[in-house]
Amino acid sequence: MFPKPIQNSSRAWQTTYQALVPAALVMWLLPLIAVAIFSIKPEADFTTGNYWGVPSSFEGFSNYGRVFFGSDMPRYLLNSVLITVPTVIGAVALSCMTGFALGVYKFRGNLLLFFMFVAGNFVPFQILMVPVRDLTLDMGLYNTKTGLVLFHIAFQTGFCTLFMRNFIRALPFELIEAARVEGVAEWRIFWFVVLPLMKPAIAALSVLIFTFIWNDYFWAVVLTQGAESQPVTAGITSFNAQYRAAYHLMSAGSIVAALPPVAMFFLMQRHFIAGLTLGAVK
Amino acid sequence: MAEMKLAPGNGPETGSATALRGSQDSWLRRNRQTLAPLLFLAPGVIFFLFYVIFPILQSFNLSFYRWDGLGDPQFIGMENYRELMDDRAFEVSLWNNLKWLLLYLLAIPAGLFIALFLNQTVTGIRLYKSLFFFPFVISQVVVGLVFSWFYDPTFGLLNQVLGWVGLGPLNVLGDPTLVTYGIIAAGLWPQTAYCMILYLTGLNAVDPEQVEAARLDGAKGAKMLWYVIIPQLRPATFVAFVVTIIGALRSFDLISIMTNGGPFGSSRVLSFYMFEKALSEYGFRMGYGAAIAVVLFLIMLCFIAYFLWSMYQDDKGGR
Repeated sequence: MFPKPIQNSSRAWQTTYQALVPAALVMWLLPLIAVAIFSIKPEADFTTGNYWGVPSSFEGFSNYGRVFFGSDMPRYLLNSVLITVPTVIGAVALSCMTGFALGVYKFRGNLLLFFMFVAGNFVPFQILMVPVRDLTLDMGLYNTKTGLVLFHIAFQTGFCTLFMRNFIRALPFELIEAARVEGVAEWRIFWFVVLPLMKPAIAALSVLIFTFIWNDYFWAVVLTQGAESQPVTAGITSFNAQYRAAYHLMSAGSIVAALPPVAMFFLMQRHFIAGLTLGAVK
Repeated sequence: MAEMKLAPGNGPETGSATALRGSQDSWLRRNRQTLAPLLFLAPGVIFFLFYVIFPILQSFNLSFYRWDGLGDPQFIGMENYRELMDDRAFEVSLWNNLKWLLLYLLAIPAGLFIALFLNQTVTGIRLYKSLFFFPFVISQVVVGLVFSWFYDPTFGLLNQVLGWVGLGPLNVLGDPTLVTYGIIAAGLWPQTAYCMILYLTGLNAVDPEQVEAARLDGAKGAKMLWYVIIPQLRPATFVAFVVTIIGALRSFDLISIMTNGGPFGSSRVLSFYMFEKALSEYGFRMGYGAAIAVVLFLIMLCFIAYFLWSMYQDDKGGR
């Protein structure tokens, strides 16, 4: 293990270390802690210049109350859910199939197709922007959640295919061969042999895609406009325009917008990290 | 998928029908290794071609046109690219992109440093690790907001701290020479967290026997890190490099939230400038925007080619 386990070093250094870690953490998260404090302060604190002092009263309930009941925020949150969940389902479903095809079958152009997905996934969004916006307008899906979902599914399929294909390649191939010898139909092999083994990959991808899509801002700005279809990342900017200089409300709003992926991360931590670090270990 | 319905031998059949089904069945059977991947691939590939691959080609094509998004595009050849050469704003954006690329890579050593710091087994370390990872999970929009308050000249935490040590108020986001660095610092925050988690996973997989052997040979500290640990972390470093380069070239959210390209366009990068040209109040210059996007794409293509080549080298060893 590297660095040397702390248990093997002097008592003094052990105590220092145990004090150092929380101190470093507070430094690391300082900007966030500041926002959390802002979000429970009363408005008066900002007008009197008490930015960093102790809050003069606890206004957490009324601040968050106004975010939830006095603004478009719940609408934006709902939009985000309605965009994120179908995208996760769609992208994972498509990539289970593409990943299976690319991971199990040998055919000409296999690697070429795989690299098409990988390369497409690395592309800068801007090169897609004008044509995709145009396409969405032509299909009458501009400023709809459906338009956003369809594009997200297609784009995320690139990353998901990379993930699934590599995962399937690492499965024991003998299982599939044994099934083939038994004469099991290919789609049954997919459904009954491979899919059950892919559960961890499906879980990891779902959490990852959820976070990516929830946090997407660029496409939300390019493909949607109003409160009826914009997700929370885009909504927070109009929310801020509405409450300009009302830092307590803007802070509370930001925290609400950031919370769902954070909750997802803490609930599904193991899967999340397994997904992110795919390929980081051989 | 049709194979199942055509399974032979269920129920009585007339002679010719059986023969017909038999031949169909064997055709499917003979080609199932070709048909199955085709069917499995079709939906994903069609979607991907439609929304990703064709639009890339369309953008290339569009960059030779003048188009406001409404009327008929007008072919103007290389005119957009010629205009780019004399465009000061384009030059600024390109330089800023370079700064992003270079400075963003700092996330890799910074992430390694934090990972080494946290790679211990004391009580509660798991929670610490996930809390350190926190910034990556938050959307860049929120990170941008948080940091623009952090930099705020009147009440920002940065100036509070600078004030304590007697340094003057600094308007990071209002200063054309500082602004890009300020935004990059904000971007480094989540990116470092990502690299940290990659290295923590990598460190977990470091072969303990090799470390012990090296230790017996008297290696420790920096030498051990450089000659024993870092070579074993190569896969983690590769992934960290890939995601950091992509992150740097995709930087858009932070700039849009924190400065909107300002002051005086000094914090623009290509991705932001392209958006501005194609879709903002300055008018809809789709062709010109597409030309900028093509330049950005070509820069990215160098890296993509390298990534794919590395993956190909890896893959040759596989099944």
